[in-house]
Amino acid sequence: MLHTWLPYILAGIAVGGQYALIAIGYTMVYGILRLINFAHGDVFMWSGLIMVYLITVLPLWVSVILVIIFAIVLGTTIEKVAYRPLRSAPRMSIMISAIGVSYLLQNFALYITGGLTKTYPEIGFLQKTVKIGSATTKMVTVITPVLTIVLVFLLVMLIKHTKIGMAMRAVSRDFETSSLMGIDINRVITVTFVIGCGLAAIGSVLYFSNYTGINPMSGAMPGLKAFVAAVFGGIGSVPGAVVGAFVIGICENLIKGAGWTTFSDAFTFVLLIVILMVKPTGLFGEKNIDKV
Amino acid sequence: MLAIRNLNVHYGGIHALRGIDIDVPDGKIISLIGANGAGKSTTLKAVMGLVPKSDGHIYWDDKEITSLKTKDIVGEGIILCPEGRRIFPDLTVDENIAAGAYLRKDKAEIARDRDWVYELFPRIAGRTWQLGATLSGGEQQMLAVARALMSKPKLLMLDEPSLGLAPLVIKDIFACIQKIREDGVNILLIEQNAKAALDISDYAYVMETGVITMAGPGKALLNDPRVQQAYLGE
Repeated sequence: MLHTWLPYILAGIAVGGQYALIAIGYTMVYGILRLINFAHGDVFMWSGLIMVYLITVLPLWVSVILVIIFAIVLGTTIEKVAYRPLRSAPRMSIMISAIGVSYLLQNFALYITGGLTKTYPEIGFLQKTVKIGSATTKMVTVITPVLTIVLVFLLVMLIKHTKIGMAMRAVSRDFETSSLMGIDINRVITVTFVIGCGLAAIGSVLYFSNYTGINPMSGAMPGLKAFVAAVFGGIGSVPGAVVGAFVIGICENLIKGAGWTTFSDAFTFVLLIVILMVKPTGLFGEKNIDKV
Repeated sequence: MLAIRNLNVHYGGIHALRGIDIDVPDGKIISLIGANGAGKSTTLKAVMGLVPKSDGHIYWDDKEITSLKTKDIVGEGIILCPEGRRIFPDLTVDENIAAGAYLRKDKAEIARDRDWVYELFPRIAGRTWQLGATLSGGEQQMLAVARALMSKPKLLMLDEPSLGLAPLVIKDIFACIQKIREDGVNILLIEQNAKAALDISDYAYVMETGVITMAGPGKALLNDPRVQQAYLGE
């Protein structure tokens, strides 16, 4: 029994970790700006694409670091150019701006790649085979959940126990009062995008090492699934997004294991609809205990 | 000393403040009374740089601070304790206090001021680990004042500290405001509870639809028939 299912569970945990690294960006940006950053999946895709080009001229580790820096610069620039000027505009305007940025990034990628699927570079040690129990799998499957959990732990510590973390929690509740404390709102928002995009870039290295092909639409599906994970966990909550991502990753692969591969993507969206109907605030969503 | 000169603010199409002049000298409690929508909160927000000013100047000890950013105004020693307390509900009492000292780096003095505000408000001192949201209205107001004091202000601006509180709690809070003044903090107080405010004020301004209509020592206004009729319900 376990013998047949174990490979699917392992694959699910791995892809769940990759979704989690993307989902954190969605959930944190939502937590602070109340914005669903539709461009996030495309920053993820661009991180993958840049890696394809960088690796041809630079050593692996330098490329990985540059990819992370690239994603951070891209994400914070998007915030400055497309979101910041609209901060006091109605919420819908900034949302539409996000959709616009998403299409811009996809189309620019289409222009650069000519629409061809690029092959993601093979990172040797991630491809090594390892045996877990009766299953044989790639190193990336083992590294992803471990790295994800370490990074999430560090992030939660940052949010709970540092000054900037406290500022983030304060800003996520009340812009005006936070600025009265002397908190620089723009700086907190920038830090949020730095964290979200940095993690998405790390996620892209792990994800594309697994799937190898990358094209301008490669960010859309994992981005959507990570978004669903964030909603499922309670958008705004970091632990919620991580739990949601693992649940979606594992369920998806179990469905594949059961032979219904065609339905594995549909599952995610059925889950979204069910959650929105049954518990719109998600697993760990804000309870809104405001007192007036 | 804070000097507001010819302050004008437009909100959308509304001319909310029409040339306000207010002085807050050192060592005094100054209050600003008036009906809802008169522009009292807007005045304080304009001082803090939270709403854009269309005209006028704000001086702080002869230094012009009209166009400084909010965090720099806080750095200058001016703080606003906003209307409706606005404490951070999912931060603990201690974290709310720490948030008030966000710009400060002097750890030892921050610790001393923390002891000072807990001494001022013993009711919240025993609840440092509670979430802000779980405090009662009066305790939240105390926390909001304590948090404002943590920025080590030379001027504390209070927006409706008595709002929605029981008379006994209001008395407590006003007693504390006087104590804070004795500790060397100047106070600019906004109140709808005109009697309580005028009682403790050295000087007061009456505001109506964006203009100052009357000004004078607190006690004098308290005995002014026009003020009594309009704001004291007599």
